[in-house]
Amino acid sequence: MSLIEIKNLFKTYESGEEKVCALVDVGVRIGRGEFISVMGPSGSGKSTLLTILGGLNHPTAGEVVVDDISIYQLPLERLADFRREYLGFIFQSFQLIPYLTVIENVMLPLSITERSNREQARMAGEILERTGLKGKERRLPDQLSGGEQERVAIARALVNAPPILLADEPTGNLDTRTGKEIMELFKSLNAEGQTIIMVTHNPENAVFSSRTISLRDGRVDGN
Amino acid sequence: MKLKDISINNLRRRKGKVFFLILGLTIGITTVISLISISRLMNEDIANKLDEYGANILVLPRSDDLSLSYGGMSIGGVSLDARTLNDSDIPKIREIEVRENINIVSPKFVGVVEIEGKKIPLMGVQFQEEGRLKKWWKIHGALPKNRDEALLGNEVAVRLFKSTNDHLTINGRKVRISGILEETGSQDDFLIYADLSFVQEALNKPKAVSLIEVSAYCNTCPIEEIVDQISKKLPHAKVTAIKQTLQTKMEALDHFKKFSIGISVIVLLIGALIVFTNMMASVNERKREIGIFRAIGFRKSHIMRIIFLEALIVGLIAGVTGYLLGLGISHFIGPMALGMKSVRWVIDPSLAIGAIFLSTLIGVLSSVYPALHASKMDPTEALRAL
Ligand SMILES: Nc1ncnc2c1ncn2[C@@H]1O[C@H](COP(=O)(O)OP(=O)(O)O)[C@@H](O)[C@H]1O
Ligand SMILES: [Mg+2]
Repeated sequence: MSLIEIKNLFKTYESGEEKVCALVDVGVRIGRGEFISVMGPSGSGKSTLLTILGGLNHPTAGEVVVDDISIYQLPLERLADFRREYLGFIFQSFQLIPYLTVIENVMLPLSITERSNREQARMAGEILERTGLKGKERRLPDQLSGGEQERVAIARALVNAPPILLADEPTGNLDTRTGKEIMELFKSLNAEGQTIIMVTHNPENAVFSSRTISLRDGRVDGN
Repeated sequence: MKLKDISINNLRRRKGKVFFLILGLTIGITTVISLISISRLMNEDIANKLDEYGANILVLPRSDDLSLSYGGMSIGGVSLDARTLNDSDIPKIREIEVRENINIVSPKFVGVVEIEGKKIPLMGVQFQEEGRLKKWWKIHGALPKNRDEALLGNEVAVRLFKSTNDHLTINGRKVRISGILEETGSQDDFLIYADLSFVQEALNKPKAVSLIEVSAYCNTCPIEEIVDQISKKLPHAKVTAIKQTLQTKMEALDHFKKFSIGISVIVLLIGALIVFTNMMASVNERKREIGIFRAIGFRKSHIMRIIFLEALIVGLIAGVTGYLLGLGISHFIGPMALGMKSVRWVIDPSLAIGAIFLSTLIGVLSSVYPALHASKMDPTEALRAL
């Protein structure tokens, strides 16, 4: 049984007169423990697919089922809870909170749980060690290099051990060497059983994944 | 980390803007507290000087044929019919609903006696009350303490060639002159004052009362209210308010209060507007940040809580500083404006709590729309990489 099932998914953006069909009849199944690359040219609907998977973007038609939950049938506040419990997000340009320190950024998803400050710090400390940021907990994001900021974003996405990690162009703003290090980190996370869905237009990154989904003009292009 | 830490950190980051936010609200609260404190000072000022103003309510018998003109000094033909006042009416005045506002009740009985061939008005009073009512009296000697003592008006003393400790005979009763009034320039100079019950007896009108002078002060109700309530207690009496300095002062206070309310409403509205625009700008600036929060799994209610917490903190700070500033301003400027000497510090906890409550209320209410707006922002739009 698959962890994620996307059925007949359509997404049309309407801005005034203009209609953009970002996704057209997309159907995908993703199993537990898979490492998926979503590839395709710019504007092909990769980010749209990822935000829909992430419970952030209501589809025009179709269904997204995660762990037997049809997520867009949930009430809005429950959908937020779903994101907290199931998903870790890594955005294209890190998207750290500038006025929070590294460890505070990582604790962000825990701040709305019942966990004590101490428990939160322990969890954040563990994942920061795992992502190679030990000793930098008290720094602010602008005191870090791009690769380090990316690692903070990864740590924040993983701190509450979500079943699914979603990443949109995680190496888009990194130099080749740092990008490669991040991919190695993804690969080792996946080796430990982490399900990862990664949007990328870099074929070098796709090599690390176990499967590639190609999009073209909003349609799945073979697989 | 808890939501409050996010709020606090964000406020710290925006120090400059938050300073203006707090300032805007503080000015409003300061104004309100200053105005309230100053009008309280005015009230207190009036209350402190209360004794200097004498009576402001006159209780007379209703009977029309009673030709008694106390102020104009033509006392005569005091006819005592069934509708006159008597001793039993005196305590009733202190039984009205707003009795705590009654300051002095001074009953009087007036008649004319012949002493050494001269006709002289005799007034029976309760010296304890009368002494308080006429704070301005200066006496050579002392106020009478016993029934067989009397106080002479300056003119009377001259006419009768009497001085302190001399004796007088009133209708066959011998009294000692305990004191003589210094000239007052009023009808008091022409009167002999003696104990009320003594005079009632000497004139053979037991329990009779010609008039009652009342000094009352109410800072929350108009004087007419007190007049009304006394009238109800004493239906056979004519109760009138005497317009005097106190009345004028209270009217001035009343105007000041109305003015204060107007000003307060305006500055508080401006404060609310400042909070609203500042919060709205802050929310729009943080669009992306809010998008991240939402993507991470924050509920709309979590976003709103962050905004409200910020408003609450700002409101609390503005409430405390506004109260302290208002207190300082009213302490130093109020007495100057009122021509009072320095006043003691009055820390009123209920006013302090009121200020803080008002400030947080305005802060939070003005942030309702910005908070709702923030919670409704589309996270995907905020997160779209450009
Ligand atoms: N919020 C939006 N409103 C209108 N059009 C959008 C919106 N988001 C994406 N699009 C359009 O949908 C198409 C797919 O966009 P996107 O999913 O971002 O593609 P990709 O990530 O593959 O570059 C593009 O044509 C884009 O302009
Ligand atoms: Mg994209």
